[in-house]
Amino acid sequence: MVNKYYILTIGICLTLIAASFSGCVEEEAEEMVLIFAMAGDADKLDPADVTDGESISRTDNIFESLVEYTEGGTDIQPALATSWEVSNDGLDITFNLRKNVKFHDGTDFNADAVVFSFERQYNTSNPYHDYGEWAYWSYMYYDIDYVEKINDYKIIIHLKNSNAAIMTSLAMFTVAIVSPTNAEKWGEDAFKHPVGTGPFKFVEWIKDDHITVEANENYWRARPTLDKIIFRVIEDPSARLLAIQAGEIHGMEYPDPSSFDLIKSDSDLQLLTQAGMNVGYLAMNTGYGYYDENENGVQDSDENWVETPGYFEPLTNKLVRKAINYAIDKNSIIDNLYKGTAIVAKNGMPPFMLGYNDDIVDYSYDPDMAKDLLEEAGYPNGFNTTLWVMPVSRPYMFDPPKIAEAIQSYLADVNINVELYQIDWSTYLEETENGNHPMCLLGWTGDNGDPDNFMRVLYGSDSASIGTAGNVAFYNNSLVQEKFTAALQSYDVTERAKLYEEAQVLIHEDAPFVYLAHATQNMVFLSNVKGYVLNPTERKFFYPVEIE
Amino acid sequence: MKWYIIKRLIQLIPVIIGVTIIAFSLIQLAPGDPARTMLGQHATQQEINEIREKYGLDEPIYVQYAIWLNGVLHGDLGRSILTRELVVIEISERFPNTIELAIAAMIFAIIIGGLAGIISASKQYSITDYTVMGIALFGISMPVFWLGIMLMLIFGVILGWLPIGGRIDLIIPFQRVTGFMVLDSIITGNFNALISILKHLILPAIALGTIPMAIIARVTRSSMLEVLRQDFIRTERAKGLSERVVIYKHALRNAMVPVVTVIGLNFGLLLSGAILTETVFSWPGLGRLVVNAVYQRDYPLVVGCILIFAIVFVIVNLITDILYTFIDPRIKYE
Repeated sequence: MVNKYYILTIGICLTLIAASFSGCVEEEAEEMVLIFAMAGDADKLDPADVTDGESISRTDNIFESLVEYTEGGTDIQPALATSWEVSNDGLDITFNLRKNVKFHDGTDFNADAVVFSFERQYNTSNPYHDYGEWAYWSYMYYDIDYVEKINDYKIIIHLKNSNAAIMTSLAMFTVAIVSPTNAEKWGEDAFKHPVGTGPFKFVEWIKDDHITVEANENYWRARPTLDKIIFRVIEDPSARLLAIQAGEIHGMEYPDPSSFDLIKSDSDLQLLTQAGMNVGYLAMNTGYGYYDENENGVQDSDENWVETPGYFEPLTNKLVRKAINYAIDKNSIIDNLYKGTAIVAKNGMPPFMLGYNDDIVDYSYDPDMAKDLLEEAGYPNGFNTTLWVMPVSRPYMFDPPKIAEAIQSYLADVNINVELYQIDWSTYLEETENGNHPMCLLGWTGDNGDPDNFMRVLYGSDSASIGTAGNVAFYNNSLVQEKFTAALQSYDVTERAKLYEEAQVLIHEDAPFVYLAHATQNMVFLSNVKGYVLNPTERKFFYPVEIE
Repeated sequence: MKWYIIKRLIQLIPVIIGVTIIAFSLIQLAPGDPARTMLGQHATQQEINEIREKYGLDEPIYVQYAIWLNGVLHGDLGRSILTRELVVIEISERFPNTIELAIAAMIFAIIIGGLAGIISASKQYSITDYTVMGIALFGISMPVFWLGIMLMLIFGVILGWLPIGGRIDLIIPFQRVTGFMVLDSIITGNFNALISILKHLILPAIALGTIPMAIIARVTRSSMLEVLRQDFIRTERAKGLSERVVIYKHALRNAMVPVVTVIGLNFGLLLSGAILTETVFSWPGLGRLVVNAVYQRDYPLVVGCILIFAIVFVIVNLITDILYTFIDPRIKYE
């Protein structure tokens, strides 16, 4: 009896050993496969129906839009459109489409595909409209009236209002062109079977494990050097680092800042770093918002300014807000809490963007000045208030509870006693948009690389709508809003830049925010991976990458 | 016995109704809104309302429950709000991974824990006993997260013997049939894949199995000690039976009932996913699925998972109860 078991066990062991050797013999021709570890799985693989970076990083390598960002930048260059022309009134943009391009399923790329990709998002009677939420459409493309086919390789995008930011928005993933044949074939399930014109073709998606794409042999540019990319999901940052140290993966996103020194000292690894397109700030509720009754995103004359639920008298005073700006040592927060993964912010948008005003002198760390200002404002003994603290870390707000504690202690030095308040993330967003807070920590990662996407969205009066506020300081300066509107409607780059620079001066003077940080984006690769270029939008393009 | 099983399976119905009602209520009571989670920081009220309406989130909770229950009776658990995927598919894609990991962890826990308990009991108050029980205490107290990272660091990075995480070396071609990867690799005769899959199982199984292993060791020890003090053991020793036969043939079987209970309970727990182990080892199992679903307020997915957990628990308990009759013929069910 016992012997039988021994024989069986030995048999199994021998089989396994034999199998492991047979593996060595059956080596296939070597493919160039890049394994990249991401912090989460994709939600969906339909570029128009996602807002999360994890999905976008995958779809960006499968799909393409009419225009695209220049490598490593946010300027626009032709992609599936070869050229375009804006009408004199700024309301029609005519695109000439690239010929001889095919989708991965063999379908021809043409005007029908472009019209389909747009129409399913905005046309509620389109049969495919119900298969998505199209979250970005009403937010980024509300000025698009309709898209018209002129002939097989020419389309016109008709706008409701002239909108200078629309060209950068057209380089976004949301308006990537999808195969209509594929959408028809899969219907509601097309999000799991992505078919675009991009450099890589979708192969398989094993949920929470990996997504594989392979080189598109018929790509309209040169064939990618990589034969395959495997996007692995490794949620834990320590595990991601161990995996790259062990050589199991070739690259990873979101390294833990505490491991930067280790990465830099390892000659097998390279750390790529670039200023990110984001800003983290402390918003002070200036007191008044409006209810956007007709939901048009604009404060109309019949929509009056009313107290926000979080109205707090001291913060309506500019001197108090300035005092708070002087009371916080931002440099120390960046050095000690962001651990060197950010630069100090003095304006509400990142320094590399059009219209950034570098002449502005930031509020220095000066508690005495803060106390003087408080006294001048009529609060010589300070006051008590509440700071709402984000429950989740974002690149622009690295470890919010610790940042909040630091701010709490700085403000205590000038006799402002701050209580910290925390709730879950979706409620947090809901309540800050509702203006329930006196002060809150929040931030923003840009979408399209245009200054409008920071300035008007975060600091415009129109964005101070109670319930859906992007401007959570409820900062209302009509002059600032006018400049934002004019800048959006002008296609003249110099004029736009000037308007944004002027607006930043006004915002700095009114001090509704303490701008804290612009976080850097960081990625790690094995040192034999070449050609990866970080994009300020934090989107990930693997097209020119190769492994030496 | 047949009637007993049928009766127990019928008892599943009120359990499931109760569990899902509680799950439904708890989720609704928790703050947060899936529509907002889905749309992010720039959602308009109109969009939020549209999504609430589309997924029936604007209905009162009892209506939502009734709709859901009606769906379940027709074999439809709905679609995930966040991924639009059918809940049944979301779960069925992870469940085999969870089962394989749970089985591997339990095999590790039972063999090591059982042996440790037996050795400890047979050498009570010896250095061996204290050492083994000390290790067991260490095993219970050890944070899984830390243990996982340490195992990866030692066996993955420093020694390079075993892979860091995932289910298989992704370079190896692999064909999925049932979703159970060990089984699939055997069915398709892909031994290359089998080796890789087994290697990937070892570290997560040890990390996940350590706590059950320690519990089993302690329960086995105390249960064995109790049996070893009984008269029939003395009689057997007096008959001149070897210590090995006394312990492994007679004492062990009598000591098994509490051990099997503990094994059953732990196995049930492991089958409902192991969030920490799964996160550290990037294991695509139910634990990560359900936790992410809770974070995202993905109601259909959360309730779907809880339904599966309830069924699994009841069935594992049933199997445990049936096992008692084999271990101890005096136990009978009518």
